Amino acid sequence: MDSTPAAPAPSLGSPTTRLEGREKVTGRARYAAEYALPDRAYAWPVPATVPRGRVTAVDTAGALALPGVLAVLTPSDAPRLGACDDPTLRVLQDPEVPHRGWYVALAVAETPEAARAAAAAVRVRYADEPHDGVLHTDHPAAYTPEQANGGYPAHREKGDAAAAFAAAPVRVDCAYAVPPLHNHPMEPHAATAHWDADSGTLTVYDSSQGSGLVRSTLADLFDLPADRVTVVSEHVGGAFGCKGTPRPHVVLAVMAARHTGRPVTLALPRRHLAAVVGHRAPTLHRVRLGARTDGTLTALAHEVTTHTSRVREFVEQAAVPARVMYAAPDLLTTHRVVPLDVPTPSWMRAPGECPGMYALESAMDELACALGIDPVELRVRNEPDAEPDSGHPFSSRHLVECLREGAARFDWAAHRTPRRDGPLLIGTGVASATYPVYVAPSAARAHALPDGTYLVQTNATDLGTGARTVLAKIAADALGVALDRVTVEIGHSALPQGAVAGGSTGTASWGWAVHDACTSLLALLARRSGPIPEAGVSVPADTTASAKQKSPYARHAFGAHFAEVQADTVTGEVRVRRLLGVFAAGRILNPLTARSQFVGGMVMGLGMALTEHSTVDPVFGGFVENDLASYHVPAHADVPDIEVHWLDEHDKHLNPVGGKGIGEIGIVGTAAAIGNAFHHATGRRIRELPLTPDRVLAALG
Amino acid sequence: MKPFAYVRATGLPEAIAAHGARPGSRYLGGGTNLVDLMKLGVEAPDTLVDLTGLPLDSVEETADGGLRIGAGVRNTDLALHPLVRTRYPALSQALLAGASTQLRNVATTGGNLLQRTRCPYFQDVAKPCNKREPGTGCGARDGVHRDHAVLGHSPQCIATHPSDMAVALVALDAGVELQGPDGARTVPATAFHRLPGDHPERDTVIEPGEIITAVTLPPERAGFPSRYRKARDRASYSFALASVAAVLDVSGGRVRHVALAFGGLAHRPWRATAAEERLLGAAPTEGAVREAVEAELDSAEPLRDNAFKVPLARNLACDVLNSLSGSPRS
Repeated sequence: MDSTPAAPAPSLGSPTTRLEGREKVTGRARYAAEYALPDRAYAWPVPATVPRGRVTAVDTAGALALPGVLAVLTPSDAPRLGACDDPTLRVLQDPEVPHRGWYVALAVAETPEAARAAAAAVRVRYADEPHDGVLHTDHPAAYTPEQANGGYPAHREKGDAAAAFAAAPVRVDCAYAVPPLHNHPMEPHAATAHWDADSGTLTVYDSSQGSGLVRSTLADLFDLPADRVTVVSEHVGGAFGCKGTPRPHVVLAVMAARHTGRPVTLALPRRHLAAVVGHRAPTLHRVRLGARTDGTLTALAHEVTTHTSRVREFVEQAAVPARVMYAAPDLLTTHRVVPLDVPTPSWMRAPGECPGMYALESAMDELACALGIDPVELRVRNEPDAEPDSGHPFSSRHLVECLREGAARFDWAAHRTPRRDGPLLIGTGVASATYPVYVAPSAARAHALPDGTYLVQTNATDLGTGARTVLAKIAADALGVALDRVTVEIGHSALPQGAVAGGSTGTASWGWAVHDACTSLLALLARRSGPIPEAGVSVPADTTASAKQKSPYARHAFGAHFAEVQADTVTGEVRVRRLLGVFAAGRILNPLTARSQFVGGMVMGLGMALTEHSTVDPVFGGFVENDLASYHVPAHADVPDIEVHWLDEHDKHLNPVGGKGIGEIGIVGTAAAIGNAFHHATGRRIRELPLTPDRVLAALG
Repeated sequence: MKPFAYVRATGLPEAIAAHGARPGSRYLGGGTNLVDLMKLGVEAPDTLVDLTGLPLDSVEETADGGLRIGAGVRNTDLALHPLVRTRYPALSQALLAGASTQLRNVATTGGNLLQRTRCPYFQDVAKPCNKREPGTGCGARDGVHRDHAVLGHSPQCIATHPSDMAVALVALDAGVELQGPDGARTVPATAFHRLPGDHPERDTVIEPGEIITAVTLPPERAGFPSRYRKARDRASYSFALASVAAVLDVSGGRVRHVALAFGGLAHRPWRATAAEERLLGAAPTEGAVREAVEAELDSAEPLRDNAFKVPLARNLACDVLNSLSGSPRS
């Protein structure tokens, strides 16, 4: 074994820039569409132009006559696919058009331009059917599903919330609306597929949050043994959930590659994304809070109505955080869903918690106003001893500390009088944040090499967040070596199985396996003598048994947002002046990239509060906002100097890494804090997001 | 893709000749809008005649003390030009309120005037649009139209003109110099853009083959207090929900000159002549300003989902005029 005199300072907890940063800024890092395989062709899909109906004919003659066009696949002649749990992937299998934007053909050509022109030249005839894309709480098709996303029971009731509410001396009964939202990562979905007919193997470069799941799905769809399929997701330009499962682009790319015998790249244009890669479903909320005059909650009812497509049931679990947050003895949380002729919703950063906490934390602010109690204090007074819905003890819960720390840093008490500066109304608001701790089984392998360095392998995915870097830090500390002695390989389905990068689970899940592999390797090295052989010494680890063990604890991260907002009485424009977040999310492993995650989540929450929304077109179906000029993510000018802090939280009931996951909690509660600040500034409550000038002017009268 | 020819014009007559040689020709400036529309399939020219090599890229002071702005001057350069900033501040402010830095660095003065509406139905070739394809209907009227017109729209079209710059030019009584196959002419900026009427496919009065060569700013407005203000959904890189450009000269307590133009409300920058008539010669009290602005907006016909634009425009106009009424000439 190597005779380093003293172990280096631990890497975890100290800031580290991304290990692949240089590759990225010099353009050497390759993304899915950038694998320039010899002889590659390009595919361009054709979206349906009716809101609902059936394809009756596809005329491909004009497209096929264009120069450089190799093929046009249609529902009647595209290769038949095998079984798949996700019907959104069964593209070109039948003539049904469940929503505008659903793919009805695929053009393949020598160049992207030729493929695009061919797609435009495909003539599709449809039999139109009546359509309905508009969500209402009293929609006749609404039903209560068994489960909401995440496997949560859709309906939970403890005690009698309605009766307790009716009997409460102080009551808040409010409706809130969150519109459809879109993830819109910087890198649109793309895949490069290579089918080698001689060996019967398929290699796919995909922009995905988990290449292992893409591999198993493609193996099923194309009836291949999984070991004949390789999927690579080495670099991914953002995802926020919309690359969490395989998407139609990768299926189409493989279809085209098998059909033409050429490597095929399919990079979706931004304008297609809104309809085919998921969105955050709109949620309509009714929140009822009953309290005693001292602020103690006696009843909490959170009822959510949301939409899904007719393709697949997806239920945004927006009432679930109310099961976690406050000590209300009578607690009702329930979801109803309406299948509409809309694109299929899916995961977007903090599904459930993000829209749910907007509603719940807005209602808590309304209750504080009704009671005349400081909104920080109201939350503190309703801190539960155990998780309200389940009764399980918390593994750790530092919400009150986050609120107190944030209030002090924000100078909350000094800013509790709304003020006017000329035409500007200025106020402050607060909201809590929460996000569950998930962990998923993963495997890893650690190698000691004869040159004294180490190689760690796990099929993790780095979405740009710094996953690769943090895994190297975990490995370095577990091995007791300096960071530069460790190389990490991720993003390849041939590596030991890693969980999907979703649900804020990545670092905990992969990190656990990496930690186990490295500690086992260290133990093995301690037992052996002599130099490391040329082939190295390697040890595998698999956390399936440990990660699946059910914890007796309720495990969640918590946080608090504080916002100062100005509303312009002339224009109705609302701007955030200050935004401060404090989080208790377990051990923070890389402060540099962790800060980026929190700030990024808060910026996205700011966008949800003020600028972002998608609109289902009531006449033509589909979403109206199809580019980044019309879907308004915040510009730099919208974003103030955001301040982020975290508590030093040690929770021994988590995993060996000690982190709770930080990818999503930053977006949870931000919009409520901003909305509450708007109310504080103006005295008016807007219960529908975003706070755009039309709504603000109407509210200000 | 559809092949097209690219001609780099060496002079104005050559450009006009090249354009006339093929029917499906388009002049190319910065390309920030035309190239997007080509990608969307809204435009499919046979020939692009690139004008950016022509010597139309300077801002010159004219003998009479006005400014002559070459049509090829980039938006950023124009916004930052010292004579524009000091003599016609509303123009500089309007330019800087538009698009993003990257787009302004490329977009030209002439191209800015000729940009097309951002109506989502116009931009989607799979939906009806009388502007893109006359006779197909207006998708926006029953569809999504929160951002659309409240003034001067027609049954055929409810689109708005997206330019910020043009609103300031209209308020500053600018002129638009044109050169075409039949010679040169100058059109007042106020008459350059059209209302949709029965021909929404025509945004402006420009004739086939004509090139915008320059925009002129009159000496009479130089140094007058002027201002541009825009309301929008996000702080940068979004089109006006409503905007206002105003020029106001007050002396002896009376309005000696006033020009008021709205953006984001109509198919063209909307010169508020009814408001101006009421204010000219009057004392610019807050009450008089409000009354005049409201008189102008009386003719507004909001659609189902955009009534907010009327009070928004009123607030903006009152705010800008009131802020100017105390300003001295520079």
